[in-house]
Amino acid sequence: MTDTTSSPQGESAGPARRPLTISPHLAKRYARERLFRTLGLASVATAGLILLVLVGSIVSKGYSAFWLHHVDLTIEFSVDELNPDGGPIEMETLQKANYLGLVRDALKREFPDAASDRRERRKLYGLVSPNADIMLRNMVLNDPSLVGTTQTVSFKMSDDMDTFAKGFIDRDLPESDRRVTDAEIKWHDHFEAEGRVHVAFNIDFFTKGDSREPEEAGIYGALIGSILTLTVTLLVSFPVGVMAAVYLEEFAPKNRFTDLIEVNINNLAAVPSIVFGLLGLAVFLNFFGLPRSAPLAGGLVLALMTLPTIIIASRSALKAVPPSIREAALGLGASPLQVVTHHVLPLAMPGILTGTIIGMAQALGETAPLLMIGMVAFIVDVPQGFTDPATVLPVQVYIWADSPERAFVEKTSAAIMVLLGFLVLMNAIAVLLRKRFERRW
Amino acid sequence: MQTFIVVLALIGFAAIGYTMGRARAVMTAGGVPKDLHSLPSYYGSYTALWIGLPSLILLAVWMIVQPQIIDGLVMGGLPSDMTAGLSDSQFGLLLNDIRNVATGNISSRGDDPAVAAAATQLSSLRHTGFILMVVAVFGVGAGGLAFARNRISPTLRARNTVEKVINVILIISSLIAILTTVGIVLSLLFESFVFFTKVPFYEFLFGLNWSPQTALRADQVGSSGAFGAIPLFVGTLLITFIAMVVAAPIGLMSAIYMAEYADPRFRAFAKPMLEVLAGIPTVVYGFFAALTVAPFFRGAGESIGLDVSSESALAAGVVMGIMIIPFVSSLSDDVINAVPQSLRDGSYGLGATKSETIRSVVVPAALPGIVGALLLAISRAIGETMIVVMAAGLAANLTINPLEAVTTVTVQIVTLLVGDQEFDSAKTLSAFALGLVLFFITLALNVIALGVVRKYREKYD
Amino acid sequence: MTNTSVTTPDVDVAAKPPSVEQLANRYTKIESRDVNVYYGEKHALKHVDLDVYQNEVTALIGPSGCGKSTFLRCLNRMNDVIDICRVTGRIALDEHDIYDPSLDVVQLRARVGMVFQKPNPFPKSIYDNISYGPRIHGLAHGKAELDEIVQKSLERAGLWKEVSDRLDQPGTGLSGGQQQRLCIARAIAVNPEVILMDEPCSALDPIATARIEELIDELRENFTIVIVTHSMQQAARVSQRTAFFHLGDLVEVGETEAIFTNPEDSRTQGYITGRFG
Repeated sequence: MTDTTSSPQGESAGPARRPLTISPHLAKRYARERLFRTLGLASVATAGLILLVLVGSIVSKGYSAFWLHHVDLTIEFSVDELNPDGGPIEMETLQKANYLGLVRDALKREFPDAASDRRERRKLYGLVSPNADIMLRNMVLNDPSLVGTTQTVSFKMSDDMDTFAKGFIDRDLPESDRRVTDAEIKWHDHFEAEGRVHVAFNIDFFTKGDSREPEEAGIYGALIGSILTLTVTLLVSFPVGVMAAVYLEEFAPKNRFTDLIEVNINNLAAVPSIVFGLLGLAVFLNFFGLPRSAPLAGGLVLALMTLPTIIIASRSALKAVPPSIREAALGLGASPLQVVTHHVLPLAMPGILTGTIIGMAQALGETAPLLMIGMVAFIVDVPQGFTDPATVLPVQVYIWADSPERAFVEKTSAAIMVLLGFLVLMNAIAVLLRKRFERRW
Repeated sequence: MQTFIVVLALIGFAAIGYTMGRARAVMTAGGVPKDLHSLPSYYGSYTALWIGLPSLILLAVWMIVQPQIIDGLVMGGLPSDMTAGLSDSQFGLLLNDIRNVATGNISSRGDDPAVAAAATQLSSLRHTGFILMVVAVFGVGAGGLAFARNRISPTLRARNTVEKVINVILIISSLIAILTTVGIVLSLLFESFVFFTKVPFYEFLFGLNWSPQTALRADQVGSSGAFGAIPLFVGTLLITFIAMVVAAPIGLMSAIYMAEYADPRFRAFAKPMLEVLAGIPTVVYGFFAALTVAPFFRGAGESIGLDVSSESALAAGVVMGIMIIPFVSSLSDDVINAVPQSLRDGSYGLGATKSETIRSVVVPAALPGIVGALLLAISRAIGETMIVVMAAGLAANLTINPLEAVTTVTVQIVTLLVGDQEFDSAKTLSAFALGLVLFFITLALNVIALGVVRKYREKYD
Repeated sequence: MTNTSVTTPDVDVAAKPPSVEQLANRYTKIESRDVNVYYGEKHALKHVDLDVYQNEVTALIGPSGCGKSTFLRCLNRMNDVIDICRVTGRIALDEHDIYDPSLDVVQLRARVGMVFQKPNPFPKSIYDNISYGPRIHGLAHGKAELDEIVQKSLERAGLWKEVSDRLDQPGTGLSGGQQQRLCIARAIAVNPEVILMDEPCSALDPIATARIEELIDELRENFTIVIVTHSMQQAARVSQRTAFFHLGDLVEVGETEAIFTNPEDSRTQGYITGRFG
């Protein structure tokens, strides 16, 4: 800087000792120094704060999705209702019986006065999940001896009631401003007072596919979809990526063509992911006729996307293996391919695997290209194979985030927590691998 | 699934061939493996390759060719009054119906006897085709085995042959990256070309009005649709600009602090933290933008009397900026670390403070690299999809007011292609034209940025 | 230093000169004629004619960058690894041209082994280091034979006593001198005819160096050895014949004793008396 304390040329006083004067500028310069430093620290702190807010907002919204409120109802498995035509009770009659009626009867018995008004009656029936009848049917089909008995059965509350029970809806608001009516609150309080409302772990969230009903919706389908898709991605991108890296790093002559490949790979790594989706749509779906919405097509698109990551990571891992190892093996009469497969590749493998895991983690979080090839469809069934329609975790997040129901916000956040959990796990493995096998030459 | 089993069976066959080849080689050498040119295992691999490669190639070709031949046969067998005068898409629908009936699904035309007959024919042809394929594929495999067995002798250079084949496979692997680029360019160009025959090129690039809804019926109101992409470009640039306003200073200052001030312990904590920020999927950022940041800005705006759209460019831009912070900081961190210590020492030696050294020596020296990093960040912001899909609007407003809703190129691509796609309508095809623009802009930015960064690296290496 | 003195007092020629009888029965193991090496545009080795005789140690000496290592690497075609490197001329091993396109370079390297400047054991166990070569060349039938080869090779390299109880330990855990002997044992295990050594002692301390030099002298009985060294004392101690390279030219070659006591070329004389290099 120019404003230094004093100019050395100015004083030609000879051997006389010059005092170390403190320039008036100096304090100012140090103040600027501190300011600059603080700005830097503040930037890092901002990034950290944002991360906290982000994770905090998601956890605070999502943690409650892992629990659901249930309500105990007294169900009379009356013969009249289940078998209105009389005659012997066959499995078939049980299959087709009106279980919804049982649930509604139970609710009507509970609140006889609510049954008069049609709108209120519908609200009353809506207290429990719309799938309550399917649950009852499965109970009876498993144990036909239930017919004719009276049982206390625990039902999932519907999404709005569950949200209320969790305390996310303020009961002091005017009725028109909240999603639950006064009557619904009254009913809830009635059950609550009798100790018939209880909280249970939402196991369905981890074992079921998507559903229109938030309380029935689970991420299992999307999870299996992600696993199938990533399997395709890994099976394609890992071998191809490693082989390409081995060729470029160990065998390729240095010429224009290999330069072109190299530039091309670097650029491919920075192409927007959505463009890969367009490629998948035009080439895999329209040209090769792969099935839409299938993990096969999705996995291939993600494989092309992760390929540059794996190639670049593998090349730097191969480059880190010292040439003396190659020379030693060559000098013993190993062929170039033997040198690579016996020595270089095993030594580079930790680095290659680390890169692969990081690439897979990127693929796991990728959404946009999969929207292009139809993996955004509403799919209830858990996919069974690589060509079944499927969705994946991040797309499930996207679908739920678009749903209007309040309860889906909590599901979305919970799905994000699961997704982030997997990402953390994968990255932890990568870090561990790097730490454990890192070799300094 | 059946094909998958055939592939597995072929691999099994090749594995058997491996052991046979090995044994054969040892036998021809009179039980003394030392007399062989290569290790016995190479003779095994040689045999396995001769079994596996030709048969797998045949299988792949067969899989591509068979459906087309069968489709031709089935459609040719239909009564001529049924196929006469059908357009390509109608033809495709009919074929689809037949396929559906054949796989046992219900179809709108399932009760048509001609369709039912065609479906039966299709199933039986498929069955025959499959049996023929299995016979042919295994026949070729057996031929390969016989040939390899014949060739095996102690002087056969099995290792060299096997290695040559593997070398070719390696080359093919590295060509896949090139093929991907070629595939991207060709598919975008092809579909865009079709689009530009429907919508003039200049209207797309310079039109001010974007409303891609084409009517289903010709007589419907507003059937033409407008494909002027300027509002999308402006929206994209606006959001990118906001993102860079957030990301550039924070990212750069973080990088400077981490590279120049932070002690190792702080780095060990802060670097992974930024990596976590970088590893969060964009769909999560989109959710964060739509559910937390946008309502926050809306509320803040209301409290000072501003009307902020709930899908404001500001919210999407700020969150995109957050996403890009780690990208900017890690790239800048690298370039700042590459500045030689001698330059800093020179400045300290003149009595400059640390911040003076950074501002007048380190940053200018690292400037090309920093510019490259920022260009890469811009390219990334332009191509980012999920945040804007979830937090920015759909309406193509031509505005530069960050409080209003704008739409971007990527948002439109997603909206145009999610749901029904018709590859003969301008609506679907316009997504590819947008994709083409996106691809070339990001490509240009990347090429420039990578070039700048590489030049910079060479300077200090 | 004056240039009048021809002998250098600090070089003592200890290696046994070949007897007359031996000289008469000399068998040319490697014959090179008009060998040129180009690295891209650079002409690194110019018209080299050099014979290597069986069961002798031939030392290649000369200042850095003179082409001695380049020549050594031509003898088992290690230069093939370098893309821009081009070799012309004829090098024959037992009268077979080693640059014949029909020759398998891998088999050549099994016959002409190599030991490098820096010890470069594989990051594997001592046992695996030695057994690797025999395995890829299919020299052993079963574990017992392989064990025998490993033991014999280590014994011949004088390392057996030191490592016999820790064969499963990584080879990289040995001391520098032991590592280099391990590399020699590894080369011997393939049972080559010629062993090329590229400054094998330059990374070692004097005691380890002395140990390796003894070893080289012992190995001469069974192998033909070509050694590149920057130390004239070492060349004088271990070799029977010495070749002096300068700026890509083979300046002079002859019996070691003769080269060190009575060089014909003034450049050789200058080098061995320490005027340059």
